[in-house]
Amino acid sequence: MSPPAETGALEAVIGLEIHVQLSTRTKMFCGCELSFGDEPNVHTCPVCLAHPGVLPVTNRTAVAYALRIAAALGCEVAPRSIFHRKNYFYPDNPKAYQISQYDVPLARGGELGGVRIHRVHLEEDAAKMVHLGESGRIHGSGASLVDFNRAGTPLVEIVTEPDLRSAARVREWAALLRNTIRALGVSDVNMEEGSLRCDANVSVRPAGLEELGTKTELKNMNSFRFLERGVEAELERQRELIAAGQAVTQETLHFHPDDGSLTPLRSKEEAHDYRYLPEPDLVPLAPTEEMLREARESLPELPAARAERYREMGLTEELAALLVGDPATADYFEAVATATQAEPRVAANWVTGELAAALREQGMGEPAAKGPEPAALASLIDLVAAKRISHGAGKTVLATMLREGGDPGDIVEREGLAQISDTGTLEAAVEAAIAADPAAADQIRSGNMKAIGALVGAVMKQTGGRADGGEVTRLLRERLGPG
Amino acid sequence: MLETSVAEAARLIAAGEISEAEYAEAWLGAAAGDELNAYLWRAEELAPGSGGPLGGVPVAVKDIFCTGGVPTTAGSRILEGYVPPYTSTPVRRLAEAGATLLGKTNMDEFAMGSSNENSGYGDVLNPWDRGRVPGGSSGGSAAAVAGGLAPCAIGTDTGGSIRQPAALCGIVGLKPTYGAISRYGIIAFASSLDQCGPLSRDVTDAALLLSAMQGRDPCDSTSVGIADGIVAPSREDLRGLRFGVPRELASDGVESGVRRVFDRTLERIGALGGEISEIALPHAEHGISAYYVLAPAEASANLARYDGVRYGMRGAGEDLVSMYEDTRAAGFGDEVKRRIMLGTYALSSGYYEAYYGRAQRVRTKIAEDFSRAFAELDFVVTPTSPSVAFELGAKTDDPLAMYLNDFFTVPMSLAGIPAISIPAGLAAPDEGGPELPVGFQLTAPAFAEQKLLEAAFALEREIGFPGRPAG
Repeated sequence: MSPPAETGALEAVIGLEIHVQLSTRTKMFCGCELSFGDEPNVHTCPVCLAHPGVLPVTNRTAVAYALRIAAALGCEVAPRSIFHRKNYFYPDNPKAYQISQYDVPLARGGELGGVRIHRVHLEEDAAKMVHLGESGRIHGSGASLVDFNRAGTPLVEIVTEPDLRSAARVREWAALLRNTIRALGVSDVNMEEGSLRCDANVSVRPAGLEELGTKTELKNMNSFRFLERGVEAELERQRELIAAGQAVTQETLHFHPDDGSLTPLRSKEEAHDYRYLPEPDLVPLAPTEEMLREARESLPELPAARAERYREMGLTEELAALLVGDPATADYFEAVATATQAEPRVAANWVTGELAAALREQGMGEPAAKGPEPAALASLIDLVAAKRISHGAGKTVLATMLREGGDPGDIVEREGLAQISDTGTLEAAVEAAIAADPAAADQIRSGNMKAIGALVGAVMKQTGGRADGGEVTRLLRERLGPG
Repeated sequence: MLETSVAEAARLIAAGEISEAEYAEAWLGAAAGDELNAYLWRAEELAPGSGGPLGGVPVAVKDIFCTGGVPTTAGSRILEGYVPPYTSTPVRRLAEAGATLLGKTNMDEFAMGSSNENSGYGDVLNPWDRGRVPGGSSGGSAAAVAGGLAPCAIGTDTGGSIRQPAALCGIVGLKPTYGAISRYGIIAFASSLDQCGPLSRDVTDAALLLSAMQGRDPCDSTSVGIADGIVAPSREDLRGLRFGVPRELASDGVESGVRRVFDRTLERIGALGGEISEIALPHAEHGISAYYVLAPAEASANLARYDGVRYGMRGAGEDLVSMYEDTRAAGFGDEVKRRIMLGTYALSSGYYEAYYGRAQRVRTKIAEDFSRAFAELDFVVTPTSPSVAFELGAKTDDPLAMYLNDFFTVPMSLAGIPAISIPAGLAAPDEGGPELPVGFQLTAPAFAEQKLLEAAFALEREIGFPGRPAG
């Protein structure tokens, strides 16, 4: 889409504010267990309900997990960071202040996939509000219910620099961040469940300029698709405003998933004064050398590096990206690739293609969890690669393995699926097919190769599908080809 | 039986020389005769304790401590009817030491006050003269002990709220080092200043209560405990100890009777072999100003949770904001509202550095002044309160005049160091009136409670304060 010539080319400038719910066993400042989808208000205690007299106590695992994230993003960890009270009144905020970090956060700096990280800090999540009414939103609802199960869940907030330049790149980068954090084992990072939340700060400016335009904040995009759509919609809206000679107002916009529209939530005039106050109930966080080392050493091979290694193994970029998106599947693929004689690329195709499809068909789940033992799949792949069975027969064997288990070699014998590659047998079948369909044979002789399919098909039928299709084709060409 | 000290009673009960049940009955009866409005809740019966250093001893507990299953109001209407689902750590530790809960005492609302005239449940009266205030905010606890309604009590001290009422009621009041006792379960006023402590008839009882309550608590990240614990003090003289009198705190606002008793006590210290000198605490006189920025600022955040949503009073409002406003307008008293507004202002955008930031720096300066003083001295001493107990209503129209009651006690709170007030004599107010108790304050470096108690013990013996108001 090209903006009018008068405004010049406007470039998109986007930064993200990401909240990651940590998968610790208990909440950030009390011993209540984390949960999702349980009965409301069963995981509460005087502390997370903000009863009179209670005090927060920092969850040490949450700090360890946050340090792991900081290490994965290459951030500089503050030798001493403090918590602050962020004060505002709302029913989902039981203390009427959220314990967060303000001007002395846990970590600063860092980088991932070409996007600079501004800061990383720890805070607690609010309770969940359910507005009773048709739309489920607060406007027009007569009453609201508050579920405190979520109140106090540990959150890591990651703020990027405004280094993203398009909605598509936002989606791609968010996926990389998700995969990176998932690999750390510190969060489910599931946008649909709310364990990963992305807000976007969007502005535009004439290309080549350093100064930033007025930004708007986009909220409520709870899938990667919505994230991209929302950012795209806002970029378009801002470009149109500027083309019409108007200015962008700094405001917060709420994304509506049903129609992709954006409506203002609150304007700058109504912006909260949070009256930040250093949290007197908590001592500062001073990570020890030991804690920092443990965070660094706990890092697995991160998705970016893993994808690069897969590309070096011969996988396409798409296939590599697909695999690193799920560490369990990637581990499974590597086990298969190690065990098989075939190229890693072939193993990858089987895992993400044939196996995934077969599992879907049988309603069974993920390769790593429900697939056959890697050695067994490798053995099957070897049989196909060695042309002992046809590719099609391989799929049949796989389906059987999923249903009943068993060794591929045994299944091939039992079902009589061994491919016929013996030249003598094949030649006889080819002769019979030619004799049975002289018209097709003539077509091939005169150069029309399309007719070969019919004869190959006939041979397959005659051999019960067990002929080596490639070999049959070769023989037919040899026998009937021009000259 | 009601005359024995707590330490003595505990010993006699443990030895089987007095009956725990009879002792409990005697105190239940005494508490039931409360005409001072000291109690907001009293036990109907006392279950026998489990034995321990405080076995069989009933304790009056300021209504700022959450007590599971027992109403707790913090002296406020906004918590009328609130029954906590848990018990505060200090009270739990007293119970583990064998003590029982005699009653919950009246207090200035949310610990904001120096006269117990800010309670949502009526004024507390001073047993020495019922037309006068007992001091605050632990007025109920002080009046109960001084008035023979409890053998001992616990309270909280944020800027003087244990020491000042103890002084005005002629009993002992101790504010430990910040972090010596857990704050878990103490309804928060100013988180970086609040500390719990004993109010008792003598220093030995105060030591016994402190010993039972002190210690690191995993539920309170700011608690540390007292490393070597506390034992009963026994010091007989003050030889070799150095006492400093801060020249900056020799203000004009001190009543002549109070000054006279103070000077007399300095003579007693000399007689016991103590060395007295004048010292400089250059920033101490700014303590009140710093305190009345810091404490309300923290309070404005701590009291924001009283919004009618989850517990306590809920106002009528038709929508969320109206409900918040109705709840807090009806539930909070004037002084609480005043301080919340002050504190909110001090933290608001653009003012943080000028007020809160600056007050924190003054606080640091005061702490440094004390550190420097303690390099050459063992104790700093002052009158506890600039005046003896004043008449009810005398200062309620002038909040700033009321704040000056804390002049001598606030610096120690800001520095986080321990301080004790012991009754040092009687004096009439400047404008005339009955003879009323005067308190003497000693303060020591952080975690030097044992030394503080030892010196106070020796001085207490020398003073020989008569103790009880007539009748």
